[in-house]
Amino acid sequence: MSESGALIEGNARVLGDHIDTDAIIPATYLVSHDPVELGSHLLEGHDPDFPSRIKEGDIIVAGLNFGSGSSREHAPLAIKGAGVACVIASSFARIFFRSAINVGLPILESPEVVRATEEGDRLRVDLAAGTVENLRTGVSFSVQPYPDFMRRIIDAGGLIDYLKSQD
Amino acid sequence: MSATRKILTEHSGKQRLQPGDFIEVAVDLVLSNDVTAPIAIKEFERHGGEKVFDAGKVVIVLDHFTPNRDIASAQQCAMVRSFARRYGIKHFYDCGEVGIEHVLLPEEGLIEPASVVIGGDSHTCTYGALGAFATGVGSTDVAAAMATGKAWLRVPEAILVKVSGKFRRWASGKDLIIYLIGKIGVDGATYRSLEFTGEGLKGLSVEGRLTVANMVIEAGAKNGLFPVDILTVRYLALVGIEASELSIEPDEYGYSDEVDIDLGDVEPQVALPSLPSNAVAVGEAPDVRLDQVVIGSCTNGRMEDLRVAAQVLKGKKAAAGVRLIIIPGSPRVYRGAIKEGLFDVFLDAGAIISPPTCGPCLGGHMGVLAAGEKAISTTNRNFAGRMGHRESEVYLSNPAVAAASAVTGRITDPGEIV
Repeated sequence: MSESGALIEGNARVLGDHIDTDAIIPATYLVSHDPVELGSHLLEGHDPDFPSRIKEGDIIVAGLNFGSGSSREHAPLAIKGAGVACVIASSFARIFFRSAINVGLPILESPEVVRATEEGDRLRVDLAAGTVENLRTGVSFSVQPYPDFMRRIIDAGGLIDYLKSQD
Repeated sequence: MSATRKILTEHSGKQRLQPGDFIEVAVDLVLSNDVTAPIAIKEFERHGGEKVFDAGKVVIVLDHFTPNRDIASAQQCAMVRSFARRYGIKHFYDCGEVGIEHVLLPEEGLIEPASVVIGGDSHTCTYGALGAFATGVGSTDVAAAMATGKAWLRVPEAILVKVSGKFRRWASGKDLIIYLIGKIGVDGATYRSLEFTGEGLKGLSVEGRLTVANMVIEAGAKNGLFPVDILTVRYLALVGIEASELSIEPDEYGYSDEVDIDLGDVEPQVALPSLPSNAVAVGEAPDVRLDQVVIGSCTNGRMEDLRVAAQVLKGKKAAAGVRLIIIPGSPRVYRGAIKEGLFDVFLDAGAIISPPTCGPCLGGHMGVLAAGEKAISTTNRNFAGRMGHRESEVYLSNPAVAAASAVTGRITDPGEIV
């Protein structure tokens, strides 16, 4: 199944506004580029206990301007490396947004979903249909689909695989 | 049409672009460093690239964890060195040639007006000061651009910042940008360009413009852009680039928003922890005891910055217990500061003078903060934990305020001690 067609179900890990990339992966760890190693420090700059609480398949639900600050691709890689299935935020900082697309990390922008989600809620995300269902409340939201250009990158599994498929 | 859109149109091969269009542009320069290059190299090799698109248009600077902090950072540099050798990267900066990338590249004459520069470093936007479209991207984008010479972009909307008036005493480019971010917020320009225009720019040096453009990312902007005026043309001539003037004019179809700033309203600013938008005039900053003062970085590590710091520090000493760290941003700045006698002023003041490195700005090395410590810094980010422990605090300011604060050990208006 293509990445953007995937069905994702996981528990929400709720964060606030302006979670910057120093919070996601502090600079001191940027001497590694192994996603699993980076993932073992995920969000340590925000909360030192976060890495011990995050579970494979969890969904990060954050507020405004998620991923602001540095261009470090270690941030989306750490999120992938920790096994996070998807990030939903009210808005994303632009470098994080493009890097997430480029490395094939599913992300969705939806202030409505963020407002209606509490810590631990079970969410079902249908990327192809563009819907997010909160299984605790039973409420379903439709989200803006990716523009075609980004969808092609995501479907290919990231930018490098997309470029290879164009050769 | 915004000036950014004009540059992108020329590089896209399209006739006309609208904000929101996805385009592929030809890039004139691709930059990365010892933090972002390793992932880019891994992805470049996965792409199967046998050569980079143009070995003269790829720039790599080993500036973040150098001189190397530990074995892991040394391994990363070793990997990048071997890549640079193998692919014949012409502009590879290592050893004594290292400067902080955004101080170094303009000095080296690598940035041309109306060019497209992408960099695996968020402060790549600095080069908008010289009239280039320059934006930060992730490592995978760098890998793709090194292989193909192209990058994908979404055409941004633009905000026009109209600057009038004259700077107050001790205020400079740093204060203009912190004031602006305070006005529009840390996501006030997300996905958009910030383009600067107006009479007020006549009193803003090229070095000051580099400081302003450097921090547009702290408002979320994709890029910042300055006109190319007589000051820029002169600056570029000194680094071997012949350029002609390019203006940025109000255009009812070009800009989604306008912001007016009268420099007469801009007092020296301090951005309080832990967002660059927490801007207050220096006189309104809280009375906190400082443990460290950092003067340097890609924001404020140029000659003009060190000169003003020396002007404040001359004949004075840093307060007891305050670690004053001064980081000339490039070999040229380092030598210039020695020649002008600034090192004597700094050493007499009890400063530690660092080689050019990003070091403490990102809490990497050479000045990391312990829990509960407070620093004032001429760098660009004051996020929680940015400079070390997550319970440390960073206050951002211009070099004059930082220097004055080093002397008193508290956040201080330079006017009070000079």
